[in-house]
Amino acid sequence: MLEQVLAALVGIFFAASIYLILSKAIIRMLLGVTILGNGVNLLIFTLGRVSREVPPIVSNGELQPAAGFANPLPQALILTAIVIGFAMFTFLLVLGYRAYQELDADNTDTMRVAEPKDAPRPPLSY
Amino acid sequence: MATTAHTIDPGDLPRAMLDIATSLNDWVIILPIVLCLMGGAFLLLVREWRGAQLGLTLVFLAAIAALEAQLFVRVLTDGPIAMTMGNWLPPFGITFAVDVLGAGFALAATIATIVVVISYSADTMQREVRYGFYSLIMLLLAGVTGAFLTGDLFNLYVWFEVMLIASFGLMIIGGRKIQLDGAVKYGFLNFLATTFFLIGLGYLYGLIGTLNMADIARVASQTNSPAMIAVAGLFLLAFGMKAAAFPLNAWLPASYHTPDAAISALFGGLLTKVGAYALLRTMVLMMPAAREVLDPVITTIAVATLLLGPMGAMAQTNLRRAVGFIVIGGIGSVMAGIAISGLFGVAGGGLYAIHSMLTMTALYLVAGMIEQVTGTDDIRRMGGIYRASSGLSILFLVLVFASAGLPPFLGFWPKLLLLQGALLDNDGLLVAAILINSLFTSIAGARIWAHVFWRNGREGEAPNAINPDLKPVAAAVKRPTIFASAVLVALILFLGLRPNILLESAQIAAVGLVHPDRYTAAVNLEVPDK
Amino acid sequence: MKTVIFRTIAPSLAAIMLVFSVFVLLRGHNEPGGGFIGGLIAASAIAIYGIAAGVDEVRSAIRVRPLNIAAFGVFIAGLSGLLSLSQHVPYLTGLWTFFSVGAGEVAISTPMVFDIGVYLVVLGTVSAVALALEETEDDHA
Repeated sequence: MLEQVLAALVGIFFAASIYLILSKAIIRMLLGVTILGNGVNLLIFTLGRVSREVPPIVSNGELQPAAGFANPLPQALILTAIVIGFAMFTFLLVLGYRAYQELDADNTDTMRVAEPKDAPRPPLSY
Repeated sequence: MATTAHTIDPGDLPRAMLDIATSLNDWVIILPIVLCLMGGAFLLLVREWRGAQLGLTLVFLAAIAALEAQLFVRVLTDGPIAMTMGNWLPPFGITFAVDVLGAGFALAATIATIVVVISYSADTMQREVRYGFYSLIMLLLAGVTGAFLTGDLFNLYVWFEVMLIASFGLMIIGGRKIQLDGAVKYGFLNFLATTFFLIGLGYLYGLIGTLNMADIARVASQTNSPAMIAVAGLFLLAFGMKAAAFPLNAWLPASYHTPDAAISALFGGLLTKVGAYALLRTMVLMMPAAREVLDPVITTIAVATLLLGPMGAMAQTNLRRAVGFIVIGGIGSVMAGIAISGLFGVAGGGLYAIHSMLTMTALYLVAGMIEQVTGTDDIRRMGGIYRASSGLSILFLVLVFASAGLPPFLGFWPKLLLLQGALLDNDGLLVAAILINSLFTSIAGARIWAHVFWRNGREGEAPNAINPDLKPVAAAVKRPTIFASAVLVALILFLGLRPNILLESAQIAAVGLVHPDRYTAAVNLEVPDK
Repeated sequence: MKTVIFRTIAPSLAAIMLVFSVFVLLRGHNEPGGGFIGGLIAASAIAIYGIAAGVDEVRSAIRVRPLNIAAFGVFIAGLSGLLSLSQHVPYLTGLWTFFSVGAGEVAISTPMVFDIGVYLVVLGTVSAVALALEETEDDHA
């Protein structure tokens, strides 16, 4: 049952993030990318099989965790993805802020410094 | 699992650790990456000691190149080797597995990096050195090398991100407006691509419960269930975006011309090829059955990329943007290799990517020199360099021919393999696209050459008016830049004239990918029976 | 932000947090904890001290540049893996030695060195970012 709820939640996350990424404002796109990252983490968590079991920690004096322990691998994957996603988010946030200051634009339509709108026609001789 | 932990005798537990000693020789697998990371950290520690930065970087890079050359020779003669981190039994630990494809890519990447570092050495401003320029280059190389040598899919994701964060830093060094603009587009789209990769990874783990590449090849290579095809499609989307294949190529011409020419050269040489490598690895080695189903899609992408790359290059006035489109056209050849996918296709695609690493790096470096000589990035205002420096025009022409795939230059051999493969498949569309790509690339390159070198003056002026903006090459371009580019072009010429070793290695790499028995055997998977 | 209460408490709070971060780092071997979370706690201590006393004060107090701390962390983390070179085991294999100090036994291991490296990387990068952000806030004030 929980799987279906989580799957629906992942769907909602993806829908919201796609809506935000399609926006023209950099800050909204950034929020969209972050929500997408969180949706993906939840997806990996759900795909690693949800089980309400004991934590995968070996107690003192024992050789293996208690029977029926949860799968630790999705947690490790998600932790890595969260850290990386956080680093990317910070970088893109600072970059977006700098772009907002320097280019005076939070609108991707007006960000045309690298690709000028009235680009000259290619050379026509030869 | 039924017995409680208290009564378990250690001998009853399933084996989790290796109990055979690791040979000292196997350390060549991991040392290049460790050296990149530790070298980068060391350079950051001593970044106030600016005089030594360049020398130390070159020492580290030379050591890495020597290790990778040794690794390449070893996998060429003895077959793939693997090492699982932390003494865990594969597939529980993170495995690094090296075959001819990975070792060859890593070696070519290091050579391209050395050339870029030497060529940039005289131009690097003190300020950039303080901001950790060389540390970022080492970090970028660590990401690229790690991606080529790893045998674990999630680890590949981590190296992608290492590479991405280093390339962000390099792209905005200097902080000009145009760089910020390019970096926003580059950053968002590449981050999105790695997120798609992560989605595919999550599904794959949910489906088969392993992320070790050899284990995936063992378990899932013959599966073509709809879920597996969806995973392959997600990988195709993510890596196609990374490799800048049509229609996901928009970020490359929007950003690659914005940083300094040497950094463009590094990016143009290395970054898209990592995506191409990941496609070869996933599509051919891990999920060939799913690739078979996606074949029409990959063929369409390959044909569109092959044709639209050089056509984009013809339509540009900015020199380095035009070169960016030529890079995209080259990715089309690698995609064609994946679409053909037999032994010829894989050998051709892999060899083309190696050729592309060297040639595109050199092409960007020469484009940077042209910009320095003419003081502009506009093709229409560059005319007349032939008179000023015939040497520069020869370098550029060799590279244009090499990227178009005209004999006897380096690009000819992989295209020959691709054509052979496409003919064997009776795939007329791909044969035509590969040939037309060569024609269009030579037209685009020759047009640039004619405008920049052959024409005397600038466009709109009398044909024999001398271009007053030209500076003498010796004054405008630093000597290390000329030297490094010339050496790289000489290497490309030499490899084009003596292609035997490359062709043989490409065949061995292709056999290794199409029949991965030796690769999976090297990883030493033991089927857990408990 | 710079109230008298906050300014008085911040130094002792930062000191307690720094000690606690080392505790969390070392506890991470057998219990929940570890270098990553310890490094975050230590970086928060530095950020709090920076808000209270000003960025220049922090920079002179920690003496080393935050990015150098991070670079040193990467360096020793890489080094801790290289130690297994001598034992004919793969990279990053855990090696342990035990010392008896007084009544108890102390375990020294390469995973601990690696974890200290992680601690330093997180401490260095996060406090570098925090201090840079606090510096720009000071400029605007």
